[in-house]
Amino acid sequence: MSNFWSIFVIVLVVGNILGMVWLLFSTSKGSDVNEAETTGHEWDGIKELNNPLPRWWLWLFVLTIVYAVGYLYFYPGLGSYEGSLGWSQKGEFEQAIVENNARKAEFYAEFKEMDIPVLATSAKAMEAAERLFGNNCSTCHGSGGGGAKGFPNLTDDDWLYNNDPASLVATLTNGRAGVMPNLNLSPSDVTVMAYYVKHLAGDEVSEHVQLEGKKRFATCAACHGQDGTGNKALGAPNLTDNVWLHGSRIADIEKILREGKRGNMPSFKSILSQDEIRLLSAYVLTLSSSEEASAE
Amino acid sequence: MSESLQQHGPYHDKVVRQFTLATVLWGVVGMLVGLLIAAQLAWPVLNFDIPWLTFSRLRPLHTNAVVFAFGGSALFATSYYIVQRTCHASLFAPKLAAFTFWGWQTVIVLAAITLPMGFTQSKEYAELIWPIDILITVVWVAYGIVFFGTLVKRKMPHIYVANWFFAAYIITIAVLHIVNNLAIPVSLTESYPVFSGSVDAMTQWWYGHNAVGFFLTAAFLGMMYYFVPKQANRPVYSYRLSVVHFWALISIYMWAGPHHLHYTALPDWAQSLGMVFSLILLAPSWGGMINGMMTLSGAWHKLRDDPILKFMIVSLSFYGMSTFEGPMMSIKTVNALSHYTDWTIGHVHSGALGWVAFIVFGSIYSMLPKLYGKKEMYSIPLINLHFWVSTIGVVVYIASMWIAGVMQGLMWRAVNDDGGLSYAFIESIKTTYPYYVMRVGGGLLFFIGMLIMVYNVYKTISKSESQVSLEGSSVASSAGVSA
Repeated sequence: MSNFWSIFVIVLVVGNILGMVWLLFSTSKGSDVNEAETTGHEWDGIKELNNPLPRWWLWLFVLTIVYAVGYLYFYPGLGSYEGSLGWSQKGEFEQAIVENNARKAEFYAEFKEMDIPVLATSAKAMEAAERLFGNNCSTCHGSGGGGAKGFPNLTDDDWLYNNDPASLVATLTNGRAGVMPNLNLSPSDVTVMAYYVKHLAGDEVSEHVQLEGKKRFATCAACHGQDGTGNKALGAPNLTDNVWLHGSRIADIEKILREGKRGNMPSFKSILSQDEIRLLSAYVLTLSSSEEASAE
Repeated sequence: MSESLQQHGPYHDKVVRQFTLATVLWGVVGMLVGLLIAAQLAWPVLNFDIPWLTFSRLRPLHTNAVVFAFGGSALFATSYYIVQRTCHASLFAPKLAAFTFWGWQTVIVLAAITLPMGFTQSKEYAELIWPIDILITVVWVAYGIVFFGTLVKRKMPHIYVANWFFAAYIITIAVLHIVNNLAIPVSLTESYPVFSGSVDAMTQWWYGHNAVGFFLTAAFLGMMYYFVPKQANRPVYSYRLSVVHFWALISIYMWAGPHHLHYTALPDWAQSLGMVFSLILLAPSWGGMINGMMTLSGAWHKLRDDPILKFMIVSLSFYGMSTFEGPMMSIKTVNALSHYTDWTIGHVHSGALGWVAFIVFGSIYSMLPKLYGKKEMYSIPLINLHFWVSTIGVVVYIASMWIAGVMQGLMWRAVNDDGGLSYAFIESIKTTYPYYVMRVGGGLLFFIGMLIMVYNVYKTISKSESQVSLEGSSVASSAGVSA
């Protein structure tokens, strides 16, 4: 803040406060007035008494002013004057972060050496991870991890990307960007391919669709594989398992064939620590294989 | 009606009658929308998947309807009524006054159309798009000309305290409205504000808090300063208290806006000033409460029999309570807990329902019979019923929001020994749920009270015309209804 604006602020603040003090003391004088006396004015039958200012009220007013003056001495407020305590909200925030990081370091120390599958068996770790999941993941994947249209279900055994610990950590750390391109198919091809994709998942379709679909599937096979079982390195979904991230109706599939689709799992690198990401990765494992985990 | 009044008549009361009926109409509409959105928070299915009926679009419709349509019409009505009687002069430029009525109603109707359609500037309490803002400015300038013109015409040497407050409110709202809505239009419905970043935020809350301070406080104090002594038939308690609290209130309110932006990108010094001046505001606010309540001193027994006075005194109690709560919530450490929670919603409603709506109810019950040449309202017991139903409604509403707000604040900040948050956001919503349902109950009671008032107003106006003494009342009733 430039000197001019600093002085400008100070003058207005001090001026207003002094004005209040002057107003209070100039009107509190002469309180020996007869309380039954009116000011002598009358408007539409309304008269005014001129009682003295109630003492408790007067002192309440003075008290708030004293508090304000004290506060503005200790804390920033008067223009560029920083206050005698050197307090700032940025300083308070940074201090809180330091304290919380110390708390985290203490808590996570015992988990540093544990492998992710071992973490998944630690009740203490999973209790913390469940809360992390609630605060960071449930918005999209649902409180129980069940997902929603467009947001993968984490409780089934269907994985878009690999589910080994390193891949899970990579997914959480860097995020994932899945791309189904727009292939510029003709409208009739869109419909044929939609039925063919349903056929891959087990639906009965006409011979025409089987024939035409198989011919055109070569393009799709680049990502989804010859047999349509997908490619976890690319995040290309398995089309044969009857799990439909974006809806199972023909119209849903046609829409994706027509327009393409971009999936986006955001990166949590700047939001969560590596310790927290490891705990969450373990938690995601327990979601999909809760039976196996308890058996081990 | 006193002897002296009649010899200075006749006053221009047609516009007062129109605005009074508009107040009742918009009260019903605004509170009904409020009730619906409260129910939507409890039962989201009530959004019906229809864009025009979603919470996001109806919430600004609710706030605009209750503040500017219901509260605004009440202020036009009472300020026109009071300024004439306390100046012993009829309205200056009555045609312009008629224009303010039709102009203001047009603003309200345009708001009711554009907000559900999704047209908004995204500034809280200043959502209306720029063409409507210009119309508001024109109407407001006309309002100023009528009001100040009447003050100039006055046959009294002194200006009554109620008019100080109305004058301050008219001038300040003009300044606030114009500055906060400065924008560059890019189409009929879109514009970009001339301010950006935290300057824009500060301008918005300088406006926002003074909309509370001048529209919802100073102006309603003006209403209070006329109708309380009138209804109690007692002199105002202290002239010098009026002087001190008036000047203190209007000068200090100006600083309070930054308390809406604690712990944000707003510089520390501005936040501190917002906080300390909000605290200093406590005593000036209570000055008005004391002056109103102590006006009854020596006549407390009247409270027993007169439900209109009950409305007024309870409104002053709620005023005192919310102007205590406000400064407390402006303290940074308290604000760190209360901000973004439903506590804020509760605070606003203890002011808006308890103070603003109650003083409007009391004033209308006091003024309406006189406007229509009747001795009193059709039914005094119904006023009493209205009073109790809405008092219980307000208490249920704000109590549920207090509990909900404090709980949310505590849950959001709770941290475990692992350094992570203890609760997911959805858990705080789950915990809040019963209080959302309870709030609907409180709102429903308040709305029922409003319907009781409509019935009473209707019966009063349509009561046998044998007592009619003021000219032109029959014209007004039809004009008011068509608003």
